[in-house]
Amino acid sequence: MKILAKMTWLELKLFLREPLTVLFALVLPLLVLFVMGGVFGNEAEADVYRGVGAMNYYVPAYIALVAASVGLISLPTHLAGNRERGVLKRYRASSMPSWAVVGAQVAVTFLISTASGLTLVLAAVSVYDVTGPEVPLLVVAGFTLVTLAFSSLGVLLGALLPSSRSAQALGVMLWFVMLMVGGAGPPPEVLTGAMRTLSDLTPLLHAVRAMQDGWLGLDAGYSWLVVVVLTLVSAAASVRFFRWE
Amino acid sequence: MSGVGVTNAIDVRHLVKSYRDTIAVRDVSFSVEEGEIFGILGPNGSGKTTTVESLQGLRTIDSGEVSVLGFDPSTQADQIRRRIGSQLQESALPDRVKVWEALDLFGSLSDQGPPVSELLADWGLAEKRNARFGSLSGGQQQRLLVALALVNDPRLVFFDEMTTGLDPASRRVAWDLIRRIRERGTTVVLVTHFMDEAEALCDRLVVMNRGVVVAEGTPVELIDLFGGGVKVRFTLDGQDVAWLSSVPHVTGLARERNRYEVHGTGPVLAHVASALLEHGLAPVDLRQERATLEEVFLTLTSERGAES
Repeated sequence: MKILAKMTWLELKLFLREPLTVLFALVLPLLVLFVMGGVFGNEAEADVYRGVGAMNYYVPAYIALVAASVGLISLPTHLAGNRERGVLKRYRASSMPSWAVVGAQVAVTFLISTASGLTLVLAAVSVYDVTGPEVPLLVVAGFTLVTLAFSSLGVLLGALLPSSRSAQALGVMLWFVMLMVGGAGPPPEVLTGAMRTLSDLTPLLHAVRAMQDGWLGLDAGYSWLVVVVLTLVSAAASVRFFRWE
Repeated sequence: MSGVGVTNAIDVRHLVKSYRDTIAVRDVSFSVEEGEIFGILGPNGSGKTTTVESLQGLRTIDSGEVSVLGFDPSTQADQIRRRIGSQLQESALPDRVKVWEALDLFGSLSDQGPPVSELLADWGLAEKRNARFGSLSGGQQQRLLVALALVNDPRLVFFDEMTTGLDPASRRVAWDLIRRIRERGTTVVLVTHFMDEAEALCDRLVVMNRGVVVAEGTPVELIDLFGGGVKVRFTLDGQDVAWLSSVPHVTGLARERNRYEVHGTGPVLAHVASALLEHGLAPVDLRQERATLEEVFLTLTSERGAES
């Protein structure tokens, strides 16, 4: 456990030493929040945004989006890069346990997402008339689950992809597609046909719903199950496909 | 398996390892005794790195018997890795990690080992303790990776081309440190392609070529065996020294005006000197010329050497 704590602390420092990554994880979500807030305000409409105000809808959605960006872009890029450059090989030769290497990545994703999520909530509450969370414990549970899901998927991507470049490219692509159709961009209600189906298939949509359930006091039902299954499958596949070299 | 009494630090018998369709190691056997500095020499692609990585359990071997500190790398790699130090080729640290952070992280994997400050001082990194890995020069990065191999006070260390990238002064410092590591009782396995390094440091060594061991012995033994003998030269005026041909260890005698060249083996110089003195002769320029390890190495690993 000592080594996991040490590794997590070091990885956290390494994360914060990359200015662009920090900008992407902490500042970009705020920017998106203010742009969307400026455009849509926070008036409730019955037929979109699950019947709540746009900002009430987006704040929990953006928390999921942040976890997705750290988990699907930063994490696999860093992990694949460490393997590509021989850092993992160096760790292995010194008997560094794989659970410490991976665990630190998950822990950092959790910590950064938490910091970014809190910043987002503070900004939203102080600038817009955002309500919530309705069921705080459910929000904490949802956030923990969503972060675990995206970091497990991120570890899997980092294990499968050969280089930091390819990991970054695929991560950004996945993230961007999900941003467009996964419930954190245009409201899913306005999507039609194939877009609607694609939306239903994106992990982000279900992560967004799970976050919103606690925040808005709704019940998205099976979305929680989708996120749980995604976490378990990704984690199992990560164990199977993790490579040191 | 590690019995009481005399145990070798490493025993390798008929190690074979291939990657897809290329055979990296065909048949390698050697033993490393506790406390010695053991060299593995060979040209690029001869299987040196594959061999030492197999010993650390970083490669799954195809066949052969390997024992490292009494443990089997294929089933007890963790036991081995906790007791050894390793500086690997093609390994690195994250660019943004600081020197002291790396030593601290790897040090925390073990309960023993020297304090970080001592390693920093030993390896000339004290001034760089807060520098990031990516900002270090190649030589400094190399020294840090070597220092990392020593954080757990290992019984056995592997250095894979540790002095590659170091300037000549740093190489000498590294040599002194390797001798110091050995003086503490640590066994050292040194993979290198610098012959002067092997000659200066190694108690014994193997020369590898194309995945097999082509020679094994002390540097002096290898030079004797494969160096094409010894030449003793001197100049002498107005004397007939044809009788030198019958001196022990002399195999031939050549003369060009007043310059003599005696061919021989092993301790021929001592015998020639003694015989000359008995005849009241003391040439001032009596000297021996013998092949260097470098020439032996080239003989052993050239195309011709590989075929013969």
